[in-house]
Amino acid sequence: MAGDERFTDDYRDRPDQPLGTRNEIITGPVSDWATDFSHLEPEWSADPYPIQDDLRQRCPIAHTERFGGGWLPTRYEDVAAIAYDTERFSSRAIIMSNFRPPRELAPVGGSPPISSDPPFHHEARKLLLPAFTKAAVGRQEPATRALCHSLIDAFEGRDVVDAAGDYAQHIPMRVIADMLGFPPEDGPQFRTFVENTLEGVNLPPDERIARMTKLFDYLVAQVHDHLDHPREDLTTYLINAELHGRKLEPAHVVGTLVLLLIAGIDTTWSAIGASLWHLAKTPRDRERLVAEPGLLPAATEEFLRAYAPVTMARLVQEDMQWRGAGMKADDWILLSFPAANRDPAQFDRADEVIIDRQANRHAAFGLGIHRCVGSHLARMELRTALEAWLERIPEFTLDDPSAVTWSAGQIRGPRTLPLRIR
Amino acid sequence: MKVQISSERCQGHGRCYDLAPGLFGEDDEGYGMVLGDGIVPPGQEREARLAVSNCPEHAVELLEET
Repeated sequence: MAGDERFTDDYRDRPDQPLGTRNEIITGPVSDWATDFSHLEPEWSADPYPIQDDLRQRCPIAHTERFGGGWLPTRYEDVAAIAYDTERFSSRAIIMSNFRPPRELAPVGGSPPISSDPPFHHEARKLLLPAFTKAAVGRQEPATRALCHSLIDAFEGRDVVDAAGDYAQHIPMRVIADMLGFPPEDGPQFRTFVENTLEGVNLPPDERIARMTKLFDYLVAQVHDHLDHPREDLTTYLINAELHGRKLEPAHVVGTLVLLLIAGIDTTWSAIGASLWHLAKTPRDRERLVAEPGLLPAATEEFLRAYAPVTMARLVQEDMQWRGAGMKADDWILLSFPAANRDPAQFDRADEVIIDRQANRHAAFGLGIHRCVGSHLARMELRTALEAWLERIPEFTLDDPSAVTWSAGQIRGPRTLPLRIR
Repeated sequence: MKVQISSERCQGHGRCYDLAPGLFGEDDEGYGMVLGDGIVPPGQEREARLAVSNCPEHAVELLEET
């Protein structure tokens, strides 16, 4: 097919692009979490909850000079207020790093709609919503279930399996590859893209740029493949989608593909892994779920609350005093939905996992206009993955608790999870 | 007893139609909708209350008849 002019030249080569700002990269042990926090340090990855609980009591909005300056609210009410206040807190960047994109990038941002502010946000989001309704994602459920069973079939003859690497990660990878129309065998590359994007934030700038370029190169190549061979998938849909009678800017198409690929994988992988980790170390809950499968929907919500995988970020728009914090324009906000979800002012027995919790207004998928567009897909994958696992492997334990490793950064979940399954 | 959804607040989390599918459905974009007139039939009061107490946006309301 004749080339789509939007993509004939590399749209990234345009001159006169406004530059963002970079700051000095500071790594190493945290001196005081209230004044020097970093979600990239191993102590946070290993167990952020005691740190958040401590800050909530004594702070409750922590500060850091790292990443060029940022704030970490830990109370539910503060996290909610910031999520709802899209005037004073911009989504122009949502990964807290050592680079701030230029203000001119708003209101679209690099990966719409998650990086977009009103009023553009609403339009960009509306394009995606129909593909991610509960009814629409339900069509992926039979294939998802079949995939879960085939992954478990492959455990035949093994006593110990890595539930993160051999099970959880493959489920969202395959589902999003199918929805985007990307080759399923590219899964291992997706894992590298995800790690580079979300865990590589403290790499030297040249290396970070080089790695991100690989992701964009891959997606541009996928766009070209879809232009040559249009098919029924989200990539073709985005290429053909229009706003105000015009096809989308190339940066919008590719930026949204970045979002769908990255946000669709790490998050659900983390949620499945954290749920299995909990059940492996809590025989009482595991036995009860096996005996009462009807509890699974409530239990998955509780796992999402207690082990919410996703923390977002915002940028402060203008200098201001905000609830006692002297915020400066372009300060980061590390918007911790996991911390909000464990606030005792919002949840009874907030630090306990109660698998039949009845009232559960958790914020695992965010609050306000940026509610995770893939939440129905994530819930379907998580429920299906746990159902299949518990049906086939009702008895399992942590093989070696010290061998469990967790991802660093804003998406938290097990990355190595050795489970003894017989 | 009657349920209603504030369309200003609803963000499409879908907790209402997950927990009370007899009372709520989703529209083409995943936002919650009240099915019919919103009157809660006998026997569905528990589901109605669950929908209220699980909406992260406080968008689902229950009007108790007097």
